[in-house]
Amino acid sequence: MKCKPCGQPAVIDIPRHRAAFCAGCFTTHCQEQVRRAISSHRMMGHSERVLVAISGGKDSLALWHILVALGYKADGVYLGLGIGDYSDLSRDYAERFASSHDLTLHVVDIPTDHGFAIPEAARATKRVPCSACGLSKRHLLNRAALDGGYDVLATGHNLDDEAAVLFGNVLQWQVGYLARQRPVLAAAPGFARRVKPLIRMGERETAAYCVVNRIDYLVDECPMAAGNKHLRYKETLNAMEERSPGVKATFYLKFLDEMLPVLDDVAAEERALVGVCSRCGSPSSAQVCAFCTLVERVATSSAR
Amino acid sequence: MQVRLHNPKRDVEMTGPLRVTELVRSLGLNRESVLVIRGDSLVTHDETLHDDDVVEIRPVISGG
Ligand code: SF4
Ligand SMILES: [Zn+2]
Ligand SMILES: [Zn+2]
Repeated sequence: MKCKPCGQPAVIDIPRHRAAFCAGCFTTHCQEQVRRAISSHRMMGHSERVLVAISGGKDSLALWHILVALGYKADGVYLGLGIGDYSDLSRDYAERFASSHDLTLHVVDIPTDHGFAIPEAARATKRVPCSACGLSKRHLLNRAALDGGYDVLATGHNLDDEAAVLFGNVLQWQVGYLARQRPVLAAAPGFARRVKPLIRMGERETAAYCVVNRIDYLVDECPMAAGNKHLRYKETLNAMEERSPGVKATFYLKFLDEMLPVLDDVAAEERALVGVCSRCGSPSSAQVCAFCTLVERVATSSAR
Repeated sequence: MQVRLHNPKRDVEMTGPLRVTELVRSLGLNRESVLVIRGDSLVTHDETLHDDDVVEIRPVISGG
């Protein structure tokens, strides 16, 4: 196959774009997809300070690399989850990337700062690890952005992640979740603005971006992920994508264009319900926020 | 050719010449969910792999 823009031998083909690219043109293509996502959703400006959530995996490192290439002032924050070797290794990858690119990486370690690890929290709450993990990430990354005085928090959610979440939300008609599944969540009291600049890149592309640009990332998956719903949804969507290239992108990107505007009222109602957590002052629709509830449950279960 | 697979990490021997699409299909994988890397560069699906190639099939699906 030949590179569509320049005619040189290609290294990657992207069936949904009916195009193949050489390494150089692919890098430009990916950066252009991110630039487009940022500008069409007015995610952020070049004068703003950006904090990128870094896991040491392909998506977050590709995102950091691309934002810097596009001229954004972007620091990183790594969240230690206490998941054994996986956490130690992923932190090494994050730190190596930051130091080799001369970038600032903040580290927040849940076991050190809050006295528990994610697997423990999952046991204490009798929920799947990803649920304890997800709510901890949302809370602590938001806090890191606010405490560091950043204008915006950027996460590495890609097109496949968003399509899978959308699929799950639609299967159960979670209207409140659907209304909130936005590429930009505006800043509000106690909330930093959150943006997802990778929504136009599939995860095969973020991985390829890393390979092509010699970004060393942790290929191994978090051991807690095995068999989770999110992975099953991705499998289902990829089975369709293989037969009809482009279905995933249409499913998600059309949701943004056609469905989200219809859900604006629901989103406004949801926002009106948000108060503050009586423990930590974070925004919360319950009296005590999900993170403080988690911390408390872990404390009582380990005291037993 | 030597083919490195992940989850679990293992190496298998395959006989070339073999097209990338056929390799991916013969292992029961979806082309959307992997990258194929020969040596240290990516290869497209229509590429032919040979007996002296060292190939990695790298999964790209994250569960978080
Ligand atoms: S797979 Fe689950 S537990 Fe592991 S990092 Fe992702 S959300 Fe957290
Ligand atoms: Zn080219
Ligand atoms: Zn709280």
